[in-house]
Amino acid sequence: MTGADLAALTVADLQQRIRAREISPREALDAVRVRIAQVDPKIDAYLSQDYEAAAAEAESANIELPLGGVPVALKDVINLRGQPCTCGSKILASYRAPYDATVARKLRAAGAILFGKTNMDEFAMGSSTENSSVKPTRNPWDVTRVPGGSSGGSAAAVAADEAIAAIGTDTGGSIRQPAALCGIVGLKPTYGRVSRYGLVAFASSLDQIGPFTKTVRDSALMLNAIAGHDPLDTTALREPVPDYTADLGKEIHGLRLGIPKEYLGDGIEKDVREAVDRAIQQLESLGAKIVEVSLPHTEYAIAVYYIIATAEASANLARFDGVRYGYRAGNARDLLDHYGRTRGEGFGPEVKRRIILGTYVLSSGYYDAYYLRAQKVRELIRRDFDRAFEQVDALVSPTSPIVAFKLGERSADPLQMYLADIFTNAANLAGICGISIPCGFSESTGTRLPIGLQLMGKAFDEARLLQIAHAYEQSTDWHKARPAL
Amino acid sequence: MSKATELDVAYVAQLARLNLTEEETQLFQKQLRDVLHYAEKLRGLDVTEVEPATHAIPVSNVFREDEPRDGLTAEEALANAPRQANQLFIVPKVVE
Repeated sequence: MTGADLAALTVADLQQRIRAREISPREALDAVRVRIAQVDPKIDAYLSQDYEAAAAEAESANIELPLGGVPVALKDVINLRGQPCTCGSKILASYRAPYDATVARKLRAAGAILFGKTNMDEFAMGSSTENSSVKPTRNPWDVTRVPGGSSGGSAAAVAADEAIAAIGTDTGGSIRQPAALCGIVGLKPTYGRVSRYGLVAFASSLDQIGPFTKTVRDSALMLNAIAGHDPLDTTALREPVPDYTADLGKEIHGLRLGIPKEYLGDGIEKDVREAVDRAIQQLESLGAKIVEVSLPHTEYAIAVYYIIATAEASANLARFDGVRYGYRAGNARDLLDHYGRTRGEGFGPEVKRRIILGTYVLSSGYYDAYYLRAQKVRELIRRDFDRAFEQVDALVSPTSPIVAFKLGERSADPLQMYLADIFTNAANLAGICGISIPCGFSESTGTRLPIGLQLMGKAFDEARLLQIAHAYEQSTDWHKARPAL
Repeated sequence: MSKATELDVAYVAQLARLNLTEEETQLFQKQLRDVLHYAEKLRGLDVTEVEPATHAIPVSNVFREDEPRDGLTAEEALANAPRQANQLFIVPKVVE
């Protein structure tokens, strides 16, 4: 098996071959390393890599562990002791993590080899990875286009076989949307399913860590490793962790899938709509019952999201003040000058915009009208989903109304960028789980660009979600397609 | 709900301890005005009797036993300090 073939393996296949002693963990890591050296100059998925520690881990890997010897990349917003954790920002360019995030610790405990940190929109704010202060990442399917964001590096890495699997974060769609744009599987677990300890916080009531993988089975394997209660994160709940692979392969006959009628409006690209329609027909042919449902407050989700997320971000990013870590502006006249210049110089424009908006909506005289009101509408959105899940087992929609756009095409108009989150924001507001899986390609631009199907499930119902996603995936070939690099 | 044009970017940036250039101030003023204008749609909704959703998944009173645990050593905590001395973070003078 060539190195390129090895790098193209799934978690499940690699693990099987490692246990069969056909491949060693060291060979797997080396194959990924070589692949990165070959293609990352074109893709720019990675911000940092460290093979010294990783090679030692690979050499002594316990291959009987569920992810034993599997190389996994981490979005650079997750603390991995001794490694950079830039969050894609100048303000943390020199920061080295003094501790491990729980997700990193759990991945290692499951045998995964952590070797690299991937590119992202600065502080997870963005939908294209163009807001990285370092460099943009490119879509492996068309390197003139974005991979999506904010976890664009992790998504591109998996799509380009530069990682067997990767970890990202999703606050308003930042796992699902890049998964859709890069033609891979991206899962946002239920809020509280995965510990956020060691994740640099953007919006504490919305952030969730989740996996990027080549297949749904791999996603279930990854979720098994990272899910669970954590005393270090008071929002990581005590829900028991089932074996998320147990229901894979079970029939979906009789399961009810809801199509939210408010999601069928204008603004969806023709190719996306057609691919999703065909996918829904495919699900129906597998025995699922398709039901139209209503999520009446859909049109308010983006406004609610950008008030709540920016408010929480303005609080979370107050810690970046040039005192204990990170960038510090030189020759400060006084304390205010120190803060103002450190943060003014250290943060990029999108981050500054959101901090300003968030500060405003929380400020005296405006708090009730904006933040409190948004929290109430958030409750209405949550209730919409509760009601829908009384009628159906899962919801289905496009993940993104558009396919991957050209670098620079949307960066001048923040609001336009925000409006593309229409199908993903609500799941974060309601706390429920969601997954994007490949369901076809758009050809109308001249290059083949992936299209993602989104399934959303009740809180803590990832097993059902994965079961449905797996059934669809196995009845099609989309997951076998690979970009030509 | 207040009018979108009431956002004074220069003032709020000061609250948020962000020094902006003149160009940034003007650009953000326009861009954020557009976003706030879009958010006006929330004004029309009837939210009387609706509790704010402070938690995505309702939890309360998440406690642990009051037992000491290991944390970062002073050295680890100081490792990223822009300036440090005598196990202290050195900062610009605050008190006159």
